Amino acid sequence: MELIEVKNCYKIYKNGVTALADFNISIKKGDFVFIIGHTASGKSSLMKLLYREEKPTKGKVYIGGIDVTKLRNRKVYKLRRKIGIVFQDFKLLNKLNVFENVAFPLESMGIKKTEIKPKVLKALEMVGLKEKIHSFPNQLSGGEQQRVCIARAMINNPKVLICDEPTGNLDPETSKEIMKVIDNINKEMGTTIIMATHDKDIVNRMKKRVIVIEHGVLAGDYLKGKYKANESI
Amino acid sequence: MKVFRILVRNIKSAFKSVIRNFSLSFASIICTTITLILVSIAIIITANVNNFTKDLENDLTIMVFLDRNASIDDANIIRNELEEIKNVDSISFESKEDVKNEMKNESEIFNTIMDSWTEENNPLQHEFSLKVKDATIIRKTANQIKKIEKVDSVKYGEDIIDQMVNIFSVVQKATIGIVIALILVTAFLISNTIKLTIFSRKNEIEIMRLVGTSNVVIRLPFLFEGFILGIIGAIIPIVITIYGYMIIYEKTGGYLFSSMIKMIKPFNFVFQVSILLLIIGAVVGMISSYRSVRKYLKV
Ligand SMILES: Nc1ncnc2c1ncn2[C@@H]1O[C@H](COP(=O)(O)OP(=O)(O)O)[C@@H](O)[C@H]1O
Ligand SMILES: [Mg+2]
Repeated sequence: MELIEVKNCYKIYKNGVTALADFNISIKKGDFVFIIGHTASGKSSLMKLLYREEKPTKGKVYIGGIDVTKLRNRKVYKLRRKIGIVFQDFKLLNKLNVFENVAFPLESMGIKKTEIKPKVLKALEMVGLKEKIHSFPNQLSGGEQQRVCIARAMINNPKVLICDEPTGNLDPETSKEIMKVIDNINKEMGTTIIMATHDKDIVNRMKKRVIVIEHGVLAGDYLKGKYKANESI
Repeated sequence: MKVFRILVRNIKSAFKSVIRNFSLSFASIICTTITLILVSIAIIITANVNNFTKDLENDLTIMVFLDRNASIDDANIIRNELEEIKNVDSISFESKEDVKNEMKNESEIFNTIMDSWTEENNPLQHEFSLKVKDATIIRKTANQIKKIEKVDSVKYGEDIIDQMVNIFSVVQKATIGIVIALILVTAFLISNTIKLTIFSRKNEIEIMRLVGTSNVVIRLPFLFEGFILGIIGAIIPIVITIYGYMIIYEKTGGYLFSSMIKMIKPFNFVFQVSILLLIIGAVVGMISSYRSVRKYLKV
C-alpha cells in the first residue's frame, strides 16, 4: 500500500451536489503531484478527504496505512499533526506576528518555549523569511504571507504537505518563488506534496505527475513530465 | 509540565479575551450578578424556612392521657410500651397528683376546689408527653399509641401543625424551583456571551483545528473565560449576601413576623451561601461555555 490511497470515493454533499464520484488515486511517499481541474471540479473536496475535514460518502482514504475515514472527529488532530496544510487564503492569525504564527501549532501542543524557538527559526529559514519574524501578517506581501503559512505547515516535519491552490492569490512572479520553496521542501526533506491548482503555467513548467479531475471524476493521471496543459484549464 | 504550560497559556488568553470583548463580558457579568442575587435570596429563604420547619418539628409533642381509673402501676406498664415504639424519642410522665399540684399553684380558685380531691375522686388524668424523632409520621405514631390499653386520648395539635408543615413544604419547593429556573437563565446568558466571543474567534478555532490542536485545548480558553465570568459575576451577590443578611438579622433581632420565625445566625451561614454562589457561578460559567464551543468543534 502506498503512502496515500483514495479508494472508490464518493463525496455527495448534503445539498445533493456530487463533488467526487468513484475516485481512485494512489500516491507514493516523496511524490510531487498536481491535482488540476476547472473551478468546482472537486479539487478542494478531494483535499478535504485527505486531511479529514470531510468524510467520503462512500469509499476509503488511507494515509500511511491508516483509514482516516474511521478516525473519530475528536481524534482528527492527531492526523493534522502529521500533515501540513496550505491554503489560497493563508489563514494566518492577524494578531500574532510571524514568529508566533509559525509557533502556534507547537504552542497549542504545550511544547517548551526553548524547544519551540529553534524549530520556528529553522522553518522560517527554509522559506527564506527569517528577517521578518517580528512583522505582523498585514505588514507582509501576499507571497511573504504564503511563506509564513508554509513554514507553519512544516513546523512538525510532516510527511505530507497538502496545498490547495497556494498560488491562487499571487501574481506569476511571486507564484514562481512560492513554487520554488515547495519544490525545495519536496527535494530536500522528501516531503510528499499534493497541490491543487488551475495555473497551467506552473503545471507545464514543473513537469510533475498530474491528476486531472473533471466534474468530480478522475479524467487523467499523467506520470512525471507526460502532461501538457492545453488551453482549457 | 506540558499540561501546566498549556493551562498557563490558556488562562492568559482567557483573561485577554474577557478584556478584549469587554462590553460583551460586562453584559454577561451583569446578568450573572442579577441572577446570582436572586439565587442568593432564594437560597436564604429556603434555608431559613427549612430551619424553621425543623425547629417546629423538634417542638412537636404528643400528649397521651390515660383512663381515669388507670393506676400508677398501669402507667408504668404503658411507659414500657411507649418505649418500644421506634419513633418515640423521649418520654416524660406527670401523674394526676403532679397535674393537680401544678394547677393548684397556678390559681387560688383551683387551690381551694382541688384541696378536697383525694386519690380516688381526682377527676384529672395521668399524662405522658412525648417527643418524636420524625415529625412527618407523627399521625401514625399517635394512632399506634391510641391502641394501647388504658390510653384514653392522644393529642398533638394536629390541625395547626399539619397545616404549617404543609405550607412550608410548598414554600420550600417553590423556592427550589425558582432557584433552578434562575440558574438555567444564567447558563443561557453566559452561553450566549461565550457564543459571541467564540464567533469572533471562529477563524482562530478553524486554524487551531487545521494545525492539529486537540479539542480539549481548543476548549480551554473558553472554559476559563466562562469560569472567570461566573466568578466575577458572583462577587457583588456575595457582598450583598454577607452585608445584607447581617443587617437584616441585626435590624430584626433575628426574628421575622413578630417573632414567629427564628432566623439562622449570620455566621457561618453567610459564608456558606457565598461559597455556594461562587461555585454556582463558576460551574454554570464553565458548563455553558463548554456547550457553546461544541458547535464549532465537530465533536
Ligand atoms: N460544503 C459543501 N457543501 C455543499 N456543496 C459543496 C461544499 N463544498 C463544495 N461543494 C460543491 O462541490 C463541488 C466541488 O467543489 P470543490 O471541491 O470546492 O471544487 P474546486 O476546489 O475544484 O473548485 C462544487 O459544486 C461545490 O459547490
Ligand atoms: Mg477549491
